[in-house]
Order: sequence, then C-alpha cells, then structure tokens
Amino acid sequence: MVTTVPPVEEVRATVAAVPDPEGPVLTIEDLGILRDVTVDDAGHVEVTITPTYSGCPAMDAIRADVGAVLAERGLDDVEVRLVLSPAWTTDWMSDAGKQKLLDYGIAPPQPRGDGATVMVTLSLRCPQCGSPDTRELSRFGSTACKSLWVCNACKEPFDHFKTH
Amino acid sequence: MNTQHPEPPALFTYTLRLGDDALVSAQRMGGWIAAGPQLEEDVALGNIGLDLLGQARALLTYAGDVEGAGRGEDALAYLRDERDFLNAQLFELDNGDFGFTIARLLVASSYQWELYSRLQSSADETLAAIAAKAVKEVAYHRDHATQWTLRLGDGTDESHGRMQRGLDDLWPYVDEVFESDDLVARLAADGLAVDPATLREPASSYVEKVLAEATLEVPETNVRHTGGRRGIHTERMGYLLAEMQYLARAHPGATW
Repeated sequence: MVTTVPPVEEVRATVAAVPDPEGPVLTIEDLGILRDVTVDDAGHVEVTITPTYSGCPAMDAIRADVGAVLAERGLDDVEVRLVLSPAWTTDWMSDAGKQKLLDYGIAPPQPRGDGATVMVTLSLRCPQCGSPDTRELSRFGSTACKSLWVCNACKEPFDHFKTH
Repeated sequence: MNTQHPEPPALFTYTLRLGDDALVSAQRMGGWIAAGPQLEEDVALGNIGLDLLGQARALLTYAGDVEGAGRGEDALAYLRDERDFLNAQLFELDNGDFGFTIARLLVASSYQWELYSRLQSSADETLAAIAAKAVKEVAYHRDHATQWTLRLGDGTDESHGRMQRGLDDLWPYVDEVFESDDLVARLAADGLAVDPATLREPASSYVEKVLAEATLEVPETNVRHTGGRRGIHTERMGYLLAEMQYLARAHPGATW
C-alpha cells in the first residue's frame, strides 16, 4: 500500500519501459502491445495489454515483469488484463521501436497496407550492410513473430520481424 | 437446471468444437519437433502448433466461461475423456509422412481461414475477437502449406507420389469439417456461429486450385468418416490423449 498515489503518467512510464522478454531491445510500448494504464485513488493499477500472436509464450513473463516493476514503486495492487480486440498488428510498433530493431540487426516490419491478409515482402534491406539483395531462408524463425533471411551481398543471416 | 443431465449450452458446445480442433492440431504439430525433414521445418511446424495452441487456449477458456461450471482451459484440455472431445476426426489422425502432414495442413488451414474470416463478424464479441487474431495466423499457415504442396506435388516422382498418397489417405475425413447440424445451424441463424456447410465451396475451391497448380489430383472417394462432433473418434484419439494428458493426470494440480 502506498500513502501517495503517483500520477498515472508516471505509472504508465514505468510500465511502458518494461522490456519485451523475447527481444529486450524493445519495450512493450515500442512493440505496441501496451493498451492502457489506469490508477485509481486507492492506488489500484489496471494495465491492459494485448498479445502479438495467440500463442505468444512471452505474455506470462510480461505480466510478471509488469507486476514486478510496479511493486518496486510500492504499487502492489495491480491487475494485468489481456484483451484480444482489436487484434495487434505490427503497424502499432513505434518508429523508435523499428529503429531500435534495425540497430540491433533485425529487419523491422513493413507497413501492412489495408485489407490484405498475407503480406508479400518484396524487398528487405539487410540490416548489416543495407543491401536490398536479400532472400528469405525460412518463413519461420526463432520466435512466432520472426522469419529468417540472408543477405546475398554480405552473406550474413538476419532475423526479420514479420509484418503482421 | 431441473433435469438430471441438462443439455450443455449450445454456445459452449460450438466453442468447444473449435477449441478442440485447434488443440488436437497443436498436439499433432508438436509431434514434428525434432522429426521434420529439415531444421527450418521443425521450427515452422512448431510455430504453427504454437499459434494453434494459443487459439485453443482462448477458445477453451471462453468455453469454460460460457459453461459457467468452473472449468478452465486446463480442466477442459486435460481432464476430459475421449467421448467429450468434439474435434473433427481429420485433426486427430497420425501425422503420417511429411506429405500427409502438408496435405492435412492445406485442407485444415483453408477451412480455418474461411471460418475465421467470417467468424470475425460474429455477434458474439469474444468469438469475433478470437477469430480476428486467428485469421491472420492461419493465413500464414495456409500460405506455408500451399508453398510445400506446390514444391512437393510439382517436384520429383517420389515427392509427387507421396503428396498424392497423403491426399488420398486424408480425403475420407475431409467432408466432416464441413458438416452442419441443428446446433450450429441455430447459432448461425442468430449470427453467433458460422455454418460449416457454407465453407465447403470456398475452401474446396482454394484447395483444388492449389492441387491443380501442383499437378496433383483431387481424390475421389465414397467413404466419409464422421462422428467427431458427437465425441466419436478414431483409434488414434486415445493414444493422442494419453500422451497429451499424462502429466496433468499423474500430477493433479501440477504447476511450473
């Protein structure tokens, strides 16, 4: 229990900084999965998050991490709600998030466009050398949200955060 | 309830059918991990299984809420017996070889894509939300199955033959996923469910187009296995459940 309830902006900033456990270069805000944070007068915090993919195993870890960072601030009356609708899309990833991915060596998702259900990635720039001469090695990668690519110019393999 | 064996709510039964299709498919996909023809395919089928498992969790959790008897996703997945599972038999068949698995994935994902595309507009908000997420995932599964079908069908004599045999073995089980009954027809009339009979034409048309391009024949069969939606399963189902449920039953309440 806290005596003074911190302003919601501060609480939100604390939650927003929680890293994505499967790609710690991104925060959950960069990823676009943090939907809402509310705090009432009694210090009850409600955090609303949405999963990336239905089976994303990181959701449980994120829930625990959100609870842990708020507990450090003395907020222990926390409810983390999971909502499915509207469905997450990589269009919600922040520009800062996309830049962080690129700097980390992961090709960021491309804009989805409208209506299409399957994205055809025409050309992807190598995050290492910048060459557009790349090819997909495997449509599935180390996590549900990635595919595996290789650069024909510098020969380095790289992950692509799939457009979804 | 004043009857001794009250009929479960129709929405519970419908949601359970979809959830069981996804759960049993996920279990089968998991069987390919460390057994795929190449490492990338282990990862692909494992990831597809993970998507399906996520869909199953959302559907079973919701089914439990609708039922209102205190059963959560784990109770529904691990503590029901074979006769209480309502998946179509197609999903429980053994993985067979890679050709059979791809043939099944093509048919299953084509069916699920048509289903979830429409279920997104269900008057039931939760089903609509689950469908809106699932449709994007199964679109990717369908695309994966399509690419493999083209590669194997239009490949070597060996790959063509095995792909065709997979389709032939599968075909007697395909029709069941498009079967309608009073329960689903009633829910569909209320705008809650999608009548599977309305999916037969669009899903078959997609599959047939892919098969034609892959130089494969649409199998002909007079045999139609059915019963899964009423809890009647093939011999394979008991083995699948024994493996899937063993840990939860041997160690009740186990967590990690």
